[in-house]
Amino acid sequence: MEKKYNPTEKKDTRSGFGAGLSELGKKNPNVVALCADLTGSLKMDAFQKDHPERFFQVGIAEANMIGIAAGMTVGGKIPFTGTFANFSTGRVYDQIRQAVAYSGKNVKICASHAGLTLGEDGATHQILEDLGLMKMLPGMVVINPCDYNQTKAATIAIAEYVGPVYLRFGRPSVPNFTAADQKFEIGKAVTLYEGTDVSIFATGHLVWKALEAWEILQKQGISAEIINIHTIKPLDEKAVIDSVKKTRCAVSAEEHNKFGGLGESISHVLTSEIPSPLEMVAVNDSFGESGTPDQLMTKYGLDTIDIVNAALRAIARKK
Amino acid sequence: MATEKELESLCSQVRRDIVRMVHAVNSGHPGGSLGCTEFLVTLYFETMKHNPKEFKMDGIGEDLFFLSNGHISPVFYSVLARSGYFPVKELATFRKLNTRLQGHPTTHENLPGVRIASGSLGQGMSVAIGAALAKKLNKDDSTVYSLHGDGELDEGQIWEATMYAAGNKVDNIICTIDVNGQQIDGPTDKVMPLGDLEAKFKAFGWDVLKIANGNNVAQVTEGLKIAKQHTGKGKPVVILMKTEMGAGVDFMMGSHKWHGVAPNDEQLAQALKQLPETSGDY
Repeated sequence: MEKKYNPTEKKDTRSGFGAGLSELGKKNPNVVALCADLTGSLKMDAFQKDHPERFFQVGIAEANMIGIAAGMTVGGKIPFTGTFANFSTGRVYDQIRQAVAYSGKNVKICASHAGLTLGEDGATHQILEDLGLMKMLPGMVVINPCDYNQTKAATIAIAEYVGPVYLRFGRPSVPNFTAADQKFEIGKAVTLYEGTDVSIFATGHLVWKALEAWEILQKQGISAEIINIHTIKPLDEKAVIDSVKKTRCAVSAEEHNKFGGLGESISHVLTSEIPSPLEMVAVNDSFGESGTPDQLMTKYGLDTIDIVNAALRAIARKK
Repeated sequence: MATEKELESLCSQVRRDIVRMVHAVNSGHPGGSLGCTEFLVTLYFETMKHNPKEFKMDGIGEDLFFLSNGHISPVFYSVLARSGYFPVKELATFRKLNTRLQGHPTTHENLPGVRIASGSLGQGMSVAIGAALAKKLNKDDSTVYSLHGDGELDEGQIWEATMYAAGNKVDNIICTIDVNGQQIDGPTDKVMPLGDLEAKFKAFGWDVLKIANGNNVAQVTEGLKIAKQHTGKGKPVVILMKTEMGAGVDFMMGSHKWHGVAPNDEQLAQALKQLPETSGDY
């Protein structure tokens, strides 16, 4: 099979968020943005500049930010909150649980610098538990797009959806390979390559690495199906089942703890619907540490080669 | 407009509702509910412009109220029902399986009159600020009210919100603090001394008002009227309102012991003897 993805540029997903938010600001007057002293890091500057009356700087007070956002929805506003993933979830879990999720409020919790690729700041800032925390909340939609274009499209799409959403993205520049004009469908998995030997379900930054793994596997005569799960919840269970029916084994790949993340969601579907071998590429129940993003992805087993090896293990376990 | 006598008479009925509701399920929080009866009755029957017959979540053009100390749900539910948000007989379902009247208020069961879930303390001021900011964006000049326990001020989020509201001139909110000096483990002075609340709110940049006796309808009416006049002047408004936990039922007053304990049959009878039925029990 021909290689289909040849991106010429690398961009950060957080800039995709900033671009999407800026576009939303122009077309939807109900969209408001709140930030906890990280406007530049979240790339919210353009929105702030163009719509100062709809931008709310709350200072380093994330709990208050979530509460204010919940209150704004009462008056029909669509608040987008912005801070690092760690401070967007763990720090304000109770506020999100009560004032947003349980209250059914239309708040979009937008979280940058998720996972290990935050890099040198170290484990205090590298949350690897956020997907699990958010997906456990009833009614919460959890999205982790893979590149700049998809993050921009997701940002625009979630404004149309009524209900709480957690949107996760990151700091490093990664290949921008999805279409600029894509339509983002919440809960709809995207098949990037069809294959017959193994299904590789990847999310976020690991999607590009899964595409790299596809090439290596193909050279070894292995046909891998690559599926981008940009929505962790609601999970596209049909896409998972249909793919594994064909391949009979699976790999999950994510920049998250193996507990609570995408792998666990896939495992749930497989065990109840189509019991099959699953190998998880994820952080092995550990905190991160300081280092460059690339060094960390290697040390914690989230590299292209780790996906390749997981695929080989999954195939070997097939009966 | 209700007369002072009408409001007082309603308070008696609301208090009957409170003790009967918590007695029926042997759970709930009568102490703070009884203490805030005059406040909620006055707010809903005298102060706020609102539309109980046709509840709309967005409340555009209406004054809004957020109960931050959600555990005093009995008084909130009674006042909502008697205002006409939902049938009074539904008070009988309080805390029972499949009820819209959950132990702590929630929007989850679509109970008219409730706009946010509360129970986990310290969150309501932020929510009220958000609703007030939305009103400003909507060019809606109505007012947002909230109620907080004094023990609730132990929560750090309250002070995040306090700083934000003053710093950003959120002057269309009136937050009332129920200063009853009691929390679950004992007097607030013992559990976590609050210090000089007036000085604290002033230092944060708030317009601080007081109601010396929050169990006196005339004082509450006047206090809320003055507070309204203080809105729109560049500062958020806080009312420090002194109340007596358990007010209206002699054996429940002056102690934290009735914070979250229901009366038994005998105690209920004793309480009801002190509270004339004025608008018909549910």
